[in-house]
Amino acid sequence: MDAFLQQIINGVTLGSVYALVALGYTMVYGIIGLINFAHGELVMVGALMALSVIAGLLKAGLGLPPALVVLAGLLAAVALCMLLALVMERVAYRPLRGAPRLAPLITAIGVSIILQNIAMMIWGRSYFSFPSFLKVTTYEVWGASITDMQVFIVLLAAALMACLLWIVHRTRLGLAMRATSQNLAVASLMGVDANRIIVAAFLMGAALAAVAGLMVSAYYGIAHYYMGFMLGLKAFTAAVLGGIGHLGGAMLGGLLLGLIEALGAGYIGDLTGGVFGSNYQDVFAFFVLIAVLIVKPSGLLGAKEADRA
Amino acid sequence: MNRFPLSTIRIPSIAALIAAATLALVGCSKEEPPKPAAAAPAAPTVTVKIGIVAPLTGPQAHIGKDMENAVRLAAEDANAAKIMIGGNQLKFEVQAEDDQADPKMAPVVAQKLVDAKVNAVVGHFNSGTTIPASRLYSDAGIPQISPSATNPKYTDQGFKTTFRVVANDNQQGKVVGEYIAKDLNAKAVAIIDDRTAYGQGVADVVEKAVKEAGAKIVAREFTTDKSTDFKAILTKIRGRKPDVIFFGGIDTQAGPMLQQMKGLGIKAQFVGADGIQSSELFKLGGDAVEGTLASFPGLPIEKMEKGKGFNDRYKAKFKQDVVLYAPQGYDAFNVFVDAMKKAGSVESAKILEKLPSTDYKGITGPIKFDDKGDIKDGPITMFKAVGGKWEAVATIGGVAPVPVTAPAPAAEAPKAEAPKADAKK
Repeated sequence: MDAFLQQIINGVTLGSVYALVALGYTMVYGIIGLINFAHGELVMVGALMALSVIAGLLKAGLGLPPALVVLAGLLAAVALCMLLALVMERVAYRPLRGAPRLAPLITAIGVSIILQNIAMMIWGRSYFSFPSFLKVTTYEVWGASITDMQVFIVLLAAALMACLLWIVHRTRLGLAMRATSQNLAVASLMGVDANRIIVAAFLMGAALAAVAGLMVSAYYGIAHYYMGFMLGLKAFTAAVLGGIGHLGGAMLGGLLLGLIEALGAGYIGDLTGGVFGSNYQDVFAFFVLIAVLIVKPSGLLGAKEADRA
Repeated sequence: MNRFPLSTIRIPSIAALIAAATLALVGCSKEEPPKPAAAAPAAPTVTVKIGIVAPLTGPQAHIGKDMENAVRLAAEDANAAKIMIGGNQLKFEVQAEDDQADPKMAPVVAQKLVDAKVNAVVGHFNSGTTIPASRLYSDAGIPQISPSATNPKYTDQGFKTTFRVVANDNQQGKVVGEYIAKDLNAKAVAIIDDRTAYGQGVADVVEKAVKEAGAKIVAREFTTDKSTDFKAILTKIRGRKPDVIFFGGIDTQAGPMLQQMKGLGIKAQFVGADGIQSSELFKLGGDAVEGTLASFPGLPIEKMEKGKGFNDRYKAKFKQDVVLYAPQGYDAFNVFVDAMKKAGSVESAKILEKLPSTDYKGITGPIKFDDKGDIKDGPITMFKAVGGKWEAVATIGGVAPVPVTAPAPAAEAPKAEAPKADAKK
């Protein structure tokens, strides 16, 4: 039983990171119907930027408290990612807004490759390790171990998601976002500055991606220039699983995907009598995705109408 | 290409060729007379071209350059020794090529060496490049000695030209498996591999050796060479309570894996092969690396009989210490020289005839080949991570089984583990 509880803890931690990244995909999709494949790269840039700042501050030997060092890294990462998202939207996506759907999709893949290569030029091909200055304490809970970092990651992710939900459902900006996502043209006629709303969605997604980047690199202690690709793909999967365009769906999808992966890797070998091993953990995750989509094509919480404005 | 336009070009090109040939002939005849005249007091020289291929650019460039340096040093020594064969003095020339550690580049540079008519090749560095290149050398009848490629497939292809002066993964895996079961006295072993040719290959051999030595495999798990999350498989392994976890893979996975083991409170001894025996691991795994065991196919340079002297000479010339496979590269070159002396010829075919019966005492120890071209009794050293550095704990095979502190690690390992675990909390 302790192994089961442990897998749940692993899954929830991983899942909350997926959820944060998935929100970025889903917000942009919800408003302009674009799958921003470059979103995963923002996570990578956030991770590498935060790492560089943290390593730099530690090297400078200012004797700052660890929390302040992490905060500085986080702020730098968030600022850089938001700037990148701004440029990305303005240069690559806005000129293509009226174009057929495939054009911005391919552009997004292009932006992703460009970002990856720029990061490779700046940070090199080698792996960056997270400086080990944070004291990680491990607690035992019914035979399972949980670190304070895991608790922190889950709590921070939950707080950020709550904050996002509050913005979308309780503020004027959120009202405008919801209106734009229902119908961009009509919202514009009602006096909503659509460009501003779209930029806001990109910026919020980028900030969440930067936070997720720092979380992943601190949690796994490692970062490199192509880490964004697989993570982005998983987060996109999570967004689709929950119903893309639906905020709650992205959160649910992220958590579920994390849990499925952890439990899949842990039990698939035993369940199939050793026919499939833990090497099938990704296969298992995508199998669940396909199964859900067959029964509910719009995802778990997705809107019923398949075609949108 | 070979249609109309060419026929028009052909005439001038042939003319040019003839012109060039005449020029060359004239050039030769002009140069030739003074040469023997100058060399007359000494013996006439024969040029021997030795190719060396390794990654000389990219992330593994430092290891590749190390090998190239060693071969250049060996050539210099051989030239200074004024070796005579058939009344001619041998003049060694080194041609270094860069395969960028890329299996696609390997045959390209191999072809370059074949076209340059090298007498023998030292290289390549990676198994992934050595194997595709070996076919070209075999077709051209050029003998090849790799100082570092450990994948068994290299010598399993049935070519007569493939040799290596390093123990292969089968030999390494067997030694590591026996070390786990006997020296570490492990009863329950968990094995993880990264599904690459190298990782899976080593892990399979270790699994077999562990079983044969009477220990039990309690879990066999898999990851990839791009993963960073191992919590799920580690959690499963934790439930099986192994004494030892063996990982077949490289340092980029082992680093985070060790940290996650620490996070999950797994106290089992972590063991890996040469893929994790790098200084990079300490960067990637932080203090979680402490106590990790890893094997290396060869002796540590300080345990080589002539290692100290070699390192000093290397340092004097290249202003740095030996990085990794320089002694093996130096020996590979000299095995060729040894075969040339015995054959009384520098021709590739004659070298090949004598290579299988090699009995040479090099920097790395005695070198003999088995019938496939693998080194006989290549030494394997177990290293332990202590205070951010690798320390040799035991050497198996090689000159003589020199147990550096052979009986100690088994008793030491659990002891060293306990205080470390406390310190972490």
